[in-house]
Amino acid sequence: MMSRATLDLWVGFFVALGCAALIFLAMKVGNFSGLNSVPTYVVEAPFDNIGGLKVRAPVKSAGVVVGRVAGIRFDAQRYRAVVRLELERQYPFPRDTIATILTSGLLGEQYVGLEAGGDVEMLSNGETVAMTQSAVVLEKLISQFMFNRAAETPAPASK
Amino acid sequence: MKGGLGMLRRVGAMTVDGIWRLGFAMRFFAAVLMYSGQSLRRLHLTVREIYFSGVLSLLIIIVSGLFVGLVLGLQGYETLQRYGSSEALGVLVALSLTRELGPVVAGLLFASRAGSAVTAEIGLMKATEQLKAMDMMAVNPIARVVAPRFWGGVISMPLLAALFSAMGVFGGWLIGVVVIGVDDGAFWSQMQAAVDFRYDVMNGVIKSVVFGIAVSLIAVFEGYDCSPTAEGVSRAITRTVVTSALAILALDFVLTSFMFRGQ
Repeated sequence: MMSRATLDLWVGFFVALGCAALIFLAMKVGNFSGLNSVPTYVVEAPFDNIGGLKVRAPVKSAGVVVGRVAGIRFDAQRYRAVVRLELERQYPFPRDTIATILTSGLLGEQYVGLEAGGDVEMLSNGETVAMTQSAVVLEKLISQFMFNRAAETPAPASK
Repeated sequence: MKGGLGMLRRVGAMTVDGIWRLGFAMRFFAAVLMYSGQSLRRLHLTVREIYFSGVLSLLIIIVSGLFVGLVLGLQGYETLQRYGSSEALGVLVALSLTRELGPVVAGLLFASRAGSAVTAEIGLMKATEQLKAMDMMAVNPIARVVAPRFWGGVISMPLLAALFSAMGVFGGWLIGVVVIGVDDGAFWSQMQAAVDFRYDVMNGVIKSVVFGIAVSLIAVFEGYDCSPTAEGVSRAITRTVVTSALAILALDFVLTSFMFRGQ
């Protein structure tokens, strides 16, 4: 039988290895948002159509991630989607910021893009972004394009 | 007519027996939890069991994790490169390992490597009447033998599953980046963008904890409940592996349907 010291050494080694694997999974494999210590503020943005936007999708400004989508709900009074944006406190945005739903790449995931305006007053916790631009729905885009083409080209003359 | 009646009787007996065993298992689980305090105070007993079920399973877990990762890398690349998105290989490997394969395959390996050993040990103790002897000496066999083995398994299992996932990701990286030549930066950055710590990694850890509890409970229960003969012990070991595998797969479905609803 192994002595207790050797046994403890092996078990300690095993536990350390397991914890190291977990830390590897947290730090290297995942984006470690578990202990989210970054202070945030929440603003709401009503959209006519959010397309395929998902909760936890990134909020980007100038391509830099400044926050995450915290929640999506449907406003039954005005029939609009209200997206709650959780922005990092270190990035204040003016009150006339425009929120747009964009797609990364042709088939990539959708995210919220913020374009800062020129207002001197900043958005604070719980406020609403007034100006928004909905997601581009591919079907609408294609049908628009087709109707435009149909309008442009004259109908073939009947022989 | 008589044969049909006999079959009906057997089905009834099996059902009643199954329900009886389930009830007994739950009562046994309660007893294990009750005496856990006593056995955890004598920590070296549990540490010893972590050695037997955890440290000795290291090799099979590490090697299998590595190979699962290697295969995932090859197969994933094969399919992804058809759509011109071979950089997403890291996402595929990491998500499938942390969410599903890590806990499930590590759980199955753990059941057959450590669970069967625990059942064999306790079963043999029962067959050679060591458990009864302990009772005679006023040593509670559940506190002295069963609870440390249970907790050893519960503690080992999440660590082994995390190790399995980490080794798998390493294997996928080895095939994808080193052998095939997927871009290293894109491999890691896409993985980090897609894998969420709380949503993916922690849910995998929760799964592995649940599987650890289930496998350890089944292993100690089957050992404690076996008929004290050579044949009884061997049947108990078989039952441990089969029941554990079924329990892991069924629990995995239930947990997955709770955790990943696709929002």
